[in-house]
Amino acid sequence: MPWTREEMAARAAGELQDGFYVNLGIGIPTLVANHVPDDIEVVLQSENGLLGIGPFPYDDEVDPDLINAGKQTVTTLPTSSFFSSADSFAMIRGGHIDLAILGAMEIAGNGDLANWTVPGKMIKGMGGAMDLVAGVKRVVVVMSHSDKEGNPKIVERCTLPLTGTGVVDAVISDYGRFILDRDRGELIVQELASDLDIAFVRARTGIPVRAA
Amino acid sequence: MAKRKIFPDADAALEGILFDGMTIMSGGFGLSGNPEHLIAGLLRNGVKDLTVISNNCGADGFGLWTLLNNGQIRKMVSSYIGENKLFAELYLSGKLELELNPQGTLAERIRAGGAGIPAFYTRTGVGTVVAQGKPVEEFEGALYVRETWLRADVAIVKAWKADPEGNLVYRKTARNFNPNMATAGKITIAEVEEIVPAGMLDPDQVHTPGIYVDRVIQGPSYEKRIEFRTTRPRKEENA
Repeated sequence: MPWTREEMAARAAGELQDGFYVNLGIGIPTLVANHVPDDIEVVLQSENGLLGIGPFPYDDEVDPDLINAGKQTVTTLPTSSFFSSADSFAMIRGGHIDLAILGAMEIAGNGDLANWTVPGKMIKGMGGAMDLVAGVKRVVVVMSHSDKEGNPKIVERCTLPLTGTGVVDAVISDYGRFILDRDRGELIVQELASDLDIAFVRARTGIPVRAA
Repeated sequence: MAKRKIFPDADAALEGILFDGMTIMSGGFGLSGNPEHLIAGLLRNGVKDLTVISNNCGADGFGLWTLLNNGQIRKMVSSYIGENKLFAELYLSGKLELELNPQGTLAERIRAGGAGIPAFYTRTGVGTVVAQGKPVEEFEGALYVRETWLRADVAIVKAWKADPEGNLVYRKTARNFNPNMATAGKITIAEVEEIVPAGMLDPDQVHTPGIYVDRVIQGPSYEKRIEFRTTRPRKEENA
């Protein structure tokens, strides 16, 4: 059975280490916050200007001046701080953020990542994604392994306009948890969703997949 | 003397400084920290062929979206379109010019504009369409792309409080691009929820020093629309 969104988020939480400063993208990556292990402390950064994101507010705590980068209402923690957009991206581009977990439309064996437009059809904008992949120490992609038509999203070379080149370190999909070996252009299996075997994943991946 | 910066309302603050074809910076991230009343003033004025520098372009029926919907914007300089259907449609059908910037590059270009720094180098965007046509240089073994400053004829920003000198304090994540844009306008207009008497802002807590702010208005009320109201249930006390 392929993993659900929550199962993928739980696996992605395995990337967190005690003391990490982490930026979580919109969608499944945001769910990673629900799975932080009890024995570690991480600080979540929101690129609109908040370090130390708290849980979603109770109904009577909602504050329109307090949102995350996905424009959802959030809360602060006792050690939170606010800052401007320029300061926020100085943190990101200056290499002060340990880990970014974000979604993708396409990634390549060489670590290239595309996630902001399909020319002529869809334009979402890159937001902070280009800054994050260029500036943080480690980039983990969480996404469905195949697109809606069943085509592989992990390919030899990206066809969509890029967000960054040679930036992806690891991938968590609905099929499993993988390290990307950018030098060899191979996906290395760390864990597969239950009942799936490596042949199933190989048939749905555009680059070689090898066992750990 | 300092009272010269305080204007009665948005229309008065925008009087005499608007012209067709001008460049306007507008603070905010999504619908948080938007200069609601000054945007409404631009709509009433009808000034057109605008180049607008703003991270987003409002949202359905709110903020800069209303100027887009009224045909007043010729070009957007932004980082994110997201769920703004009108923005996407106008761009994809060729009716709106769009210069998409990585969000950090956008913020730094504005910061550089306010600080008098015409260009800088960044890793962001190297090897992507963002770097096309721009000089790329190697520093300590890595490639960086040159980006240039952004400045505006008028910057409109939203803060929480101001004093008569134009010192500004922002509130929570409604700060976002506002302090950076406040520095990069030839004329900067701030709208705030409360203008407090001199002496009521702690100088240690001022986010934007008044030197950057030319005009201040106090908005009559703020809608502060929420895009995604997300809450968690309270646990039952006796459960």
